[in-house]
Amino acid sequence: MEESSSRSTRSNEQRKEMKKVLEKTVKKRSKEEEEEQEQEEVQIFNFKCTKEEEETKEEEDLSDSEDSVFSGLEDSGSDSADDDEEEEGSDHKGPEKDDLKIEDEEEKRGTETEEKQDDEYKHDSSDEEDIRNTVGNIPMEWYKDFPHIGYNLDGKKIYKPIRNKDELDDFLDKMEDPDYWRTVHDKQTGSDIVLSDEQVALVNRLQRGQFGDVNFNEYQPQVEFFSQDVMLHPVTNRPADKRSFIPSLIEKEKVSKLVHAIKMGWIKPRRTEDDSRGRYYDLWANEDSSILAKHKMHLPAPKAPLPGHQESYNPPPEYLFTDEERALWEQQDASDRKLPFVPRKFSSLRQVPAFPRFLHERFERCLDLYLCPRQRKMRVNVNPEDLIPKLPKPKDLQPFPTTQSLVYRGHSGLVRSISVSPSGQWLASGSDDGTVRFWEVRSSRCMRTVQVGGAVKSIAWNPNPLVCLLAVARDSVVLILSPSLADRQVVLSTERLLSGQREAESTEEVGPVTWSDAEGEELSQGITLKIQHPKAVHQVTWHAKGDYLASVMPDHSSHLQVFIHQVSRRRSQNPFRKNKGLVQCVSFHPVRPYFFVGTQRSVRIYNLVKQEMTKKLQANSKWISSMAVHPGGDHVICGSYDCRLSWFDLDLSTKPYKMLRHHKKAVRSVAYHRLYPLFASASDDGSVIVCHGTVYSDLLQNPLIVPVKVLRGHVITHDLGVLDVTFHPTQPWIFSSGADATIRLFT
Amino acid sequence: MGGLQKKKYERGSVTNYITRNKARKKLQLSLPDFRRLCILKGIYPHEPKHKKKVNKGSTAPRTFYLLKDIRFLLHEPIVGKFRDYKVFVRKLKKAYGKTEWTAVERLKENKPAYKLDHIVKESCVLTAVPFCGKCHVETIQLCRRLTVEWMNYVIASRSLRKVFISIKGIYYQAEVMGQLTTWLVPYQFSHDHPTDVDYRVMATFTELYTTLLGFINFRLYHSLNLLYPPKLDIKAESELKEEGDDDDYAMNSECYLEKLSALSTSLARVVSTAEDEEAQLDKFPVEEEDLEKMEAREMEQKQLEAHKKLFEGLKFFLNREVPRESLAFLIRCFGGEVSWDKSVCIGSAYEVTDETITHQIVDRPNIDKQYINRYYIQPQWVYDCVNAKILLPVEDYFLGVTLPPHLSPFVEEKEGDYVPPEKLKIMALQRGEKPAHEEEEEEEEEEEDDDEEEEEEDDEVEEKNLKKLEEQRSQGKSLSVKVTAGKVKVNNPARMEQDEKAEEKRLAIMMMKKKEKYLYDKIMFGKKRKIRETNKLTAKRKAHDDAEKSKKKTRK
Repeated sequence: MEESSSRSTRSNEQRKEMKKVLEKTVKKRSKEEEEEQEQEEVQIFNFKCTKEEEETKEEEDLSDSEDSVFSGLEDSGSDSADDDEEEEGSDHKGPEKDDLKIEDEEEKRGTETEEKQDDEYKHDSSDEEDIRNTVGNIPMEWYKDFPHIGYNLDGKKIYKPIRNKDELDDFLDKMEDPDYWRTVHDKQTGSDIVLSDEQVALVNRLQRGQFGDVNFNEYQPQVEFFSQDVMLHPVTNRPADKRSFIPSLIEKEKVSKLVHAIKMGWIKPRRTEDDSRGRYYDLWANEDSSILAKHKMHLPAPKAPLPGHQESYNPPPEYLFTDEERALWEQQDASDRKLPFVPRKFSSLRQVPAFPRFLHERFERCLDLYLCPRQRKMRVNVNPEDLIPKLPKPKDLQPFPTTQSLVYRGHSGLVRSISVSPSGQWLASGSDDGTVRFWEVRSSRCMRTVQVGGAVKSIAWNPNPLVCLLAVARDSVVLILSPSLADRQVVLSTERLLSGQREAESTEEVGPVTWSDAEGEELSQGITLKIQHPKAVHQVTWHAKGDYLASVMPDHSSHLQVFIHQVSRRRSQNPFRKNKGLVQCVSFHPVRPYFFVGTQRSVRIYNLVKQEMTKKLQANSKWISSMAVHPGGDHVICGSYDCRLSWFDLDLSTKPYKMLRHHKKAVRSVAYHRLYPLFASASDDGSVIVCHGTVYSDLLQNPLIVPVKVLRGHVITHDLGVLDVTFHPTQPWIFSSGADATIRLFT
Repeated sequence: MGGLQKKKYERGSVTNYITRNKARKKLQLSLPDFRRLCILKGIYPHEPKHKKKVNKGSTAPRTFYLLKDIRFLLHEPIVGKFRDYKVFVRKLKKAYGKTEWTAVERLKENKPAYKLDHIVKESCVLTAVPFCGKCHVETIQLCRRLTVEWMNYVIASRSLRKVFISIKGIYYQAEVMGQLTTWLVPYQFSHDHPTDVDYRVMATFTELYTTLLGFINFRLYHSLNLLYPPKLDIKAESELKEEGDDDDYAMNSECYLEKLSALSTSLARVVSTAEDEEAQLDKFPVEEEDLEKMEAREMEQKQLEAHKKLFEGLKFFLNREVPRESLAFLIRCFGGEVSWDKSVCIGSAYEVTDETITHQIVDRPNIDKQYINRYYIQPQWVYDCVNAKILLPVEDYFLGVTLPPHLSPFVEEKEGDYVPPEKLKIMALQRGEKPAHEEEEEEEEEEEDDDEEEEEEDDEVEEKNLKKLEEQRSQGKSLSVKVTAGKVKVNNPARMEQDEKAEEKRLAIMMMKKKEKYLYDKIMFGKKRKIRETNKLTAKRKAHDDAEKSKKKTRK
């Protein structure tokens, strides 16, 4: 409805315009063509039809034109409601129905004609002065009460036509008069004029935008007077100016300026593109060397990494993030992320969107290429297997202890120290429960238990096979025990040794150390001698010959830290005059008269004959715990509380030849085997590590150190694991005592 | 001691380096110009080995360039051009200010321009990775043309090897003159232009790369006896003209590029040669050792030839919703025939109704009118086939079917890496094995797993027993003396040997030097991490598969 209405209004407007044009032309031409009014010819306005159709057409046309009249008015200042009304009117105006409507229409018309007259005043312009009526450009309704309508050129009144047409007449005319469509009302004279055929044709031409004159040829050839052709005769007769003969000064100035600029090279002639070879040509035709590649320091940019499965638009499901992974990814800083994007899955290719960070990534690559400092990093592709040193197989280095075969039980406290008799038949152990136990090695039977009345710190069996003696350190006393666990001859020789001492005793002056014989019950237990020290003794150790005994009393402040006792003469002496640090352990050289003193950081070697220090070994560890000397006497191992074991080659250097960091916790004890090339270390982590350590007689060949076995078995109690370790004198067996109150034999 | 006093920082590595600011001053360039020069000439900062020494004792963060590089720049003619341009801008400004329009025009006509030919000649071709990130400047047209030319070359030489659809775009890898070249083409959508990207830098790079690519294209086309700038084969072109009116699509000038980018016609050759002159390896009399190598090489050659002819004899039709350019490029690279709807692009060879079409590539859930004698497949099939180097079974890629995962062809799994099961399947297909029934396989796998677990359990039980015994022994007294029948402990010799070896290794590791131990630990850590990741992926996959299975069951 809306659309149709708008269309109809548009057509109405067109028609209205048409009418206006018609009126104007009428005004112009009416003067000349008044005489030809009577002529009648039937022709339809826009199209040629047959006569029968004409009638109906005319009617439609008429009704339309009526419509157009008031619709045009309505257009100027009305709302769409009226339009609709009109629409209805026009719609209903079929040729059959108009009888009913006529009266309504007439009423409307009456009101609308007045408006029409009001309106007309505007559109008239004084340019087109109509000279038939001299009243001028005034509203004609002023004359409506007069019989005349104005004055002609001669001053005579122009009378209105005699019978004024009323609406009914008008309507009848419309219905009956075939020329009604070409009849125009002349306001100036008040008469109706019927347009002639020529006039209608003219109107049609003007409407089409053509020239009014039929004979006018708009495509006449144009004659150009002022053309580039030089003509024979001047177009004008005007004599030439003087300036046309004289060269222009201003121009000269300008030209000279340009010439100067060109001369100076300020202005360059227009550049011509040198495209002889084309935009592209074979650039590398002659040679293929690049300067940058020759450059020694040139580092080509690393290639961008190629995408993996995660980047696929349809990755395998395991590459997609789970919720936690996603949350983690979002939390992480952009630089910490493993992937710079979140893997996504699309069910089909058409759903894949543009990657939002595409430009960023390209840009970052560009930045990397020209802003990022480059450095050559040597990356060695190491096979980790190659890093593992090639060592002889442990199998080839047998014999060494491999399995735990016996456990000696009986102690109730932690077993601090163990010692094997030189024959290898007996094992003595000292424990915190105040007992010293003697075990038969092969049967694990406890042969004797000696109550010493205090925690045993250290225990050492006399290495001389001809005597059967044991030194025990208990608090500040060193006890000499004679367990009489040997054949008769040995026991006798032991007694002889001890009795020989008694004679010498009287001659000894009183010092810090006092020797005394045991009496009563102690004697019955086998304790024969007591050596009273000023402080608590931590370690006792025998000289290889079995006559000398060294004891250690660690103390910061005093020089009385080490004593060397001679059992046969019951003599003691303090070899050091000065305190050189906290003494941890001491040891005799197995062959030569050397004495090893292990302090906190270093090991000092003293020559006992010359009474001087020969060497000081730097252990490179924080706190030495234990020390053992190779039976050859040229090598020393030190265990320390900072988990290290250092092997010194005395001929080589004062620095360790090798540092072994095998243990996880403090090394408590170290030991050499007397015969086999074996050494062992015991640690708080509950393990005993047995290493093969061949020492060559050739000085140029370094000792070969190969760990061969890790022995486990001790239970860690109170953060203490294995406390002491010692080898069997003849067999490749090893004993270890632990904080779990057991002693274990590994064979 | 006589002689001059040695001054610090006057010899040694400090003399080889120059800071950025000093370099800039030496070249008398502004920072943007300096940067542009660096981009064009491929000069980059170096990280000195001892930064503090080079930085004259200071630890301030500075970028260092090699002094030699900067000296090299000093003789660069393009530096002069930069200065010219600066002068030009100044003059132009002045002319504008004075409203001397003729001068402005004159200056504009003589705007200094530079050519990058000599720079390209210097730079090493092979290091530059072409990238098709399109910049939004006037050069887009040029970029497009070069890309299309490049693609046409790849088609003509059949050198495409791998392709991968990622979420960022489509990666292609081609083997050009024995060099693997990878490039990425983004999806054909408008990209939003982020503000934190310096487009001037990108433009400079584009400038360099367009020049470079132009020359490379020229060279490559000539190596194939093709005309450059490329011309379409006249025969084919005339056919094209007969078929469709070009005027429908574009102006004549634009038409050329359009037709070229349609990738549907072969290119004109300088010398019309026989179609495929197969480069046969000459057979030299070789020693026996090399014989195997030769054979292997021949096998490889054969495989390559087969790969190049992957789609030969197949006729494809692209529906309008699939990415036409990528697929047409791919299919033509491997010898297939391809066409598309006339309205999509110029250069379609045949209609949908053609009876000889073997595959129609469709990316929608279903299609109304289906022809019986062709497969309707999803586009991923083409990509997967190219990567697998065989024609994969089409069943998995029918319309509406859930696609199998698309795997990256660039990942080469080493030992111990995680291999997705799909890849294993494809590898089996490549070996020519028939795909076994899936479920059976799975069951077998499960069984194997179970076995392993049982073994582990056995070990644990044994250890527990041992421990118990130990405890009992240690509490010797409370133990009621009783002789129980001992179990015969079967010594597995293989296992013993293994244990022995493991222990040997452990002991040897103990003897490592500190440095080596550190390195070894690091390597082992990396390995362990890898294993952990692999295990994680496997577990994830298994969980996913189980979930799928249970879902299936419930559905049944």
